[in-house]
Parts: sequence; C-alpha cells; structure tokens
Amino acid sequence: MALLQISEPGQSPAPHQHKLAVGIDLGTTNSLVATVRSGMATVLQDAHGHALLPSVVRYLPDGQVVVGHEAQAQQSQDPTNTIVSVKRFMGRALEDISDRAHIPYKFVNRAQVAIETRAGVKNPIEISAEILRVLKERAEKALGSELVGAVITVPAYFDDAQRQATKDAAKLAGLHVLRLLNEPTAAAVAYGLDNAAEGTYAIYDLGGGTFDISILRLTKGVFEVLSTSGDAALGGDDFDHRIYCWVLDQIRQNSKSFIPLNEADTRLLLTKARQAKEWLTDNYEAQVVCRLSTGQLVDVTLDVTQFNELTQTLVNKTLTPTRKALRDAGLEVADIKGVVLVGGATRMPHVRHAVADYFQQEPLTNLDPDKVVALGAAIQANALVGNKGDEDLLLLDVTPLSLGIETMGGLTEKIIPRNSTLPVARAQEFTTYKDGQTAMSFHVVQGERELVADNRSLARFDLRGIPPMAAGAARIRITFQVDADGLLSVSAREQTSGVEAHVMVKPSYGLNEAEIAHMLSSSYNAATTDKQARALAEAQVDANALIGAIQAALTTDGHLLNDAEKQQINAKITALQASIHAASSDAIRTDTDALNHATEAFAARRMDASVKRALAGKNLDSIEL
Amino acid sequence: MHNFFALFQLPEQFDIDMAKLETNFRAIQSASHPDRYVTASDAEKLAAIQTATSANEAYKTLKNPALRAAYLLSLQGITAIAETNTAMPADFLMQQMEWREAIEDAENAKDVSALDVLLGTIRAESKNLQHLLSEQFKQQQLNDATDGTRKLIFMEKVQADIRDIIEKLES
Repeated sequence: MALLQISEPGQSPAPHQHKLAVGIDLGTTNSLVATVRSGMATVLQDAHGHALLPSVVRYLPDGQVVVGHEAQAQQSQDPTNTIVSVKRFMGRALEDISDRAHIPYKFVNRAQVAIETRAGVKNPIEISAEILRVLKERAEKALGSELVGAVITVPAYFDDAQRQATKDAAKLAGLHVLRLLNEPTAAAVAYGLDNAAEGTYAIYDLGGGTFDISILRLTKGVFEVLSTSGDAALGGDDFDHRIYCWVLDQIRQNSKSFIPLNEADTRLLLTKARQAKEWLTDNYEAQVVCRLSTGQLVDVTLDVTQFNELTQTLVNKTLTPTRKALRDAGLEVADIKGVVLVGGATRMPHVRHAVADYFQQEPLTNLDPDKVVALGAAIQANALVGNKGDEDLLLLDVTPLSLGIETMGGLTEKIIPRNSTLPVARAQEFTTYKDGQTAMSFHVVQGERELVADNRSLARFDLRGIPPMAAGAARIRITFQVDADGLLSVSAREQTSGVEAHVMVKPSYGLNEAEIAHMLSSSYNAATTDKQARALAEAQVDANALIGAIQAALTTDGHLLNDAEKQQINAKITALQASIHAASSDAIRTDTDALNHATEAFAARRMDASVKRALAGKNLDSIEL
Repeated sequence: MHNFFALFQLPEQFDIDMAKLETNFRAIQSASHPDRYVTASDAEKLAAIQTATSANEAYKTLKNPALRAAYLLSLQGITAIAETNTAMPADFLMQQMEWREAIEDAENAKDVSALDVLLGTIRAESKNLQHLLSEQFKQQQLNDATDGTRKLIFMEKVQADIRDIIEKLES
C-alpha cells in the first residue's frame, strides 16, 4: 500500500517563495542551462533562440571576451585565442594531454595546464568560468531575478581534481553551487521521471570529450547508482580527430610536397572533420573541401564504411568500461531493463549499433541526448532548494574511483573502494617505519592501480609532533571522507597523543583560496564599501534565517531537549539577535557559528527522530499492534 | 554508534529480509541524505552527513554476506580476520591453491571465459557456504561460524582478484 507523504514542519518551503535554481550542463562541446518552471523542466534559450551554447571562448584584441556561436565562427581565423573543448584540460597537468601536438594552443607548463592568449595566460578554470558566466546571465535574464544556486554536472568518471576545478570555475563565475551532479545520474533523473521508470537501467553517455557508463536502480523516486565507470579522455572529439588524421594522410598521398599545417589550418581541418562526422550520421558519404592558407585545395570524400573502420577502435573502447560497470554491479546484460543514450556522440549510427548489440536491446532515445543532462540537473536543483514538485526524488551516487594512500615501496593502499555510495567515510590505521619517527608524510592518490605512480596524485600533507616511539608502536588513524559532491577530505590523528592534521584535498592542480579570492576581486570592479555592505547584508539574512529555522525546530521538537539545553540555545539566539543590529559582518558570523555549534546535539536528535518517523511510515503495515 | 541491525529494524541474525533492508535503507536516506539539507543550518548539515554516512556503512555491511557474518561475530566479541588468527582448515587451503593455479593458468592463456566459469564455481561454493553458516549461527556454533566466515571472506577476495584480472585482460 502506498502511503501519502506529508513533509516535516520547517522543512517544507513557504508556498509563496519559489526559489530560482538552475541546472547547468558544462559540456566539452556545448553547454546548457535549464530550470523547472511551473513543474516542467525546460532548457533556457538565448536571445536568438539557441539552447546550446558552444563551449568556445575567444579573447578579442580589445580585451573583450566572447563565448558561444560567435567565438565558434571565428575559431579558424583566430585559433590561438579561441579555446574549444576546455573541459578536457580541467584539473590536468600538461603531461596529461596526450595529443597536445595536434591542438593549436600555446600551452604554458605550470602545475596545472594553462594557455597563453592575447589576454594573458588563462587556466581552464578561468576559461570555464567565462562559459558559466554567460549561462548565469542568460538564466537571470530569463527568470528575472538572481539565482539562489545551481547544480553543475560533471562526468561521473571525473576525478577529485577535475571536480574541484569545476567547482572553482563556478565560484569564479559568481554561482552558488548547490551540488556537483554526475552527468549520467542527471540523465537518469530526466529520463526516469519522464517515463515513470522502475528497475535497473544503464546510462551510456558519450559526450564531446568524456565517456561515462552508469548502472542505476530506480525505485519510487530513489535513483541508486550501483556502479559507474568510464574514460575521462574519450569522446566525440576523438572521432573528429581520426577523420582529421585521415584527411592529412590523403593530402600527403595526393601531393608530392607536404608543408606542415599552421594553427589556423589545423583548426580549419578539425572543424571540417567534425562537420563530416555529423553529416555521416544521415548520409552515406561526406565531402571535405577547403583551401589551406598555402593555397592548396583539399577535396576528399569519406564514406560511412571508411569512417566506421577508422573509428571502430574508439567504439570498442567504450565497451570495456561498460563490461566493468556491469561486473561491479554484479549484474548480467539480461538484468538491464533499458539503456538510455546521452551525449551528442551517441547520434552516430555505429555507436548505437554497438550499444544495441552489447545490451541485446534497442537503446532508448526519446529524450534529446544533448539536453537530457541539463534537464535532470534542473530537476535536482529544484528539489535541493526545496521547491514543490519532486519531494520523493533522492539520488544515491557513488565514488567513480578508489581513493587511497601511498605506503612503503610506492604501493597504493585503498581506503575507499570505487563504487562506494556517497557520503562515505572510512578510517585505517598506519604506523611508523623508524624508531623515534616524529613526523609522517601522506600522499593521497586516486585510481585502481597498485603502483602509486600509475594513479592520480591528489594531495600531500604532513602529520608532525608524533611522540618518539619504537618503530611500529605509533597508531596513526587516517580518515577519508567523501561528501555528496564527491569531494574528498582527509584527516590524520595519532591515537596515543591526539596530534592531528586535517586537509581538504586541494589537488595539486587546483587553485588555492587566495588565488580564487584574487580572481574574484579582480573580476568585480565593485568598490570595497559595496563589498562590505553586501557581506553585512548576507550575514544578516543568514543569521535571521538560522534563528527562524531554530525557533521553528524548538516549537515542533522542543521536547527533545531538557530545560537547561533549551536555555543554552535561547541564550545564543538572544546574543545573535543583539549582534545582527551591530554593523559588523564578522561579529554576526561569529555568533551565527556559536548558535550553530550550540544546536548540534539538538540537530542530531531531530535527525534520529526523523529517521524513526521515516521508518515507521515505511513499515506501518508490518508493525504488530 | 547504532547497532546496524537495530538501525534497519532487523533481527540480529545471519538470514535477513533483503527487501526490508533495502526499503528501510531508502527510508533512512530519504530522511537524512545531505541533499535534503542543502539550505539547512550547519548543525543540521552535520547531523545529516553523519547519519547518511553511517547508514551507507551499515547497509553495505548487512547487504554483503561475508561482511554481515563478520559483523555478527564482532557483536559477540569475535574478530573473524585477525592478524594473529588466520589458520584455515587444510582442505580449504588445498581448494584455494587449486583456484589460484586455475586463475594463473587462465591469466597466462588470456582466457576470460575460463575465468568467468571459475567465478561461477566460486559463487556457487559461496552460496553453499552461506547456507551452512546460517545453520551454524542459528545453532550458536560460533567456532564453526568463525571458520565459515573466514572462508567466505577469502572467497570474496578470490572473486575480486578474478574480476581484476578479467578487467586487465579486457583493457
């Protein structure tokens, strides 16, 4: 028997306030923004009616930055200042980019890859922020007000560094990130809710630069990811690249003297290759015709059979992670009820055939593969801010890659295995190697390989002040925590002395807080007083909201506290109320933190009570009276 | 720390109602998942992440027969896998060695389907062992149950190793 559900007092939003939240698909090739309006998820369009914003950023000579179609149209004329597919560089070092010889940019070798443009050296976070800024403006214009927050999608197979970079980009664009959401999960939400689907589904997501496969179980609004796998460097771009290489071969064969291509010609041929790939989706052959800057005419014809041969290895490459995901979920092909295709690259007929062959069923394509991720993100954003609609919606996602620590001999000790449901925390004890050792260096890594050198290095930190002991006597407890965004934090504690160290894993490639703060302040030209006024206003709003929420909680759940506990909380409320009227945002923040801290036990008891209520609701028919 | 069985309102025994475990897991997550508290106070966010994290841990433990058996034993003060106590019956050691040899042969021959067959065999063995364990727990034969749990854990490990090798061969 399905029971009707009634939300808890204080948790349901007041009916009049619909909060503006959006979902953003920050794609390799195209980016989109969507929102839920009158209960319907819709993609927002620009003034020209375009939903897709090409993820192309061009730095102009006059200091302006253009993003989207306009930038895309000029990429061949200005290849070094027009950045396409920047997502492939997120959270990456230069040596991670294998095909950089074929990319027409002036790379700069820093901790994180960066590109020299006429506007200076730009890193992928800054470039991505330009795309996000345009989408934010589009949404605010369409919705008529400032956004409360955004859900930003990332490939499920993105590692910690890539996720952190995405979050930093959003921060830089002035967006409040409600959640990072995995792209296949977002697609499952849009598809599942639209079709009232139940059962186990596979989401096959081949985008411009990344491939993800997720296996999900859908049960009454709960989307439980059973496993996920993929390849963070495989996508439609690689298909273009195969055609590009083939065209180069043809030119070489047809002309005696071949002059190496300049940057503009490289970009031109890559664009022609992409157009040929798209043309071959509905046609038997594609002609590639263009004149190079050397005056040489290129005129070659590629047919479907040749194209399929050129790219079959790429298609096959998607099946390895697909098999792995099924195996990790403990399932067989026959257990999969449906396969949802996501990403523009799944339009290619031979990709569809390969998926159909493997899963022994026709894949589902009734939602636009370009839009389904943004739509799902919008639905999740709407639910997260507490708007009415999909109250039952719950996403249980997993870690795509194992997380571990380096031990003696350069070996990886896994602490959190891949496909662990989020949020997750795991602890393990380590000990010292030498007598009298007083410090320990920790190296946090991500990946499945045994050797640390084969995995991705995420962070290094030290624990100092360990009391000198015999080798093997110290007990150092390392705790890994991964939050609902899939971001990791690590802490270390020596058990006998209580010495502690804690790091939010800021990947070696990421930006530190000071860098972000600097970028933020240089991108806003607001006067300092304006910023102070804004900070004060925000602190006041937050403080009032907190007091309101706690008073509501005291009214409904006050019985969970004794009189002394109530008095303590009320005293902190009074203190905060007093400081709200003082003109210092710092003082308000301090008292807000104090009130938060004073209510931790209360919050934990309320959580227990709400868990018990939820269980009682599910088991009413099984309780014996 | 909650007792995992109590958390899901399940009796403290090896045989559990999987459907009820799943339903109650989803109910707890619906009430406590951090996604429900995105706009809540820091104290509430903290309570949410703690509750959701321990629910995940409890669910993972009870869902898996080997982990569930080890957890049941730990409630009785018995550590199934201790560094000092890894003795195994001789016949099981023989069995293990045979499996390891078969895995090695298949790996050298790059024979994925042989590995798949082996996985199936071990899975079936594991099922048999679980029936036995269920009886041993019912009869409170904790020494036998500890042996059985240890075997089950080793079988899990072997299966994981086979899956890793298949993955390596396929990529």
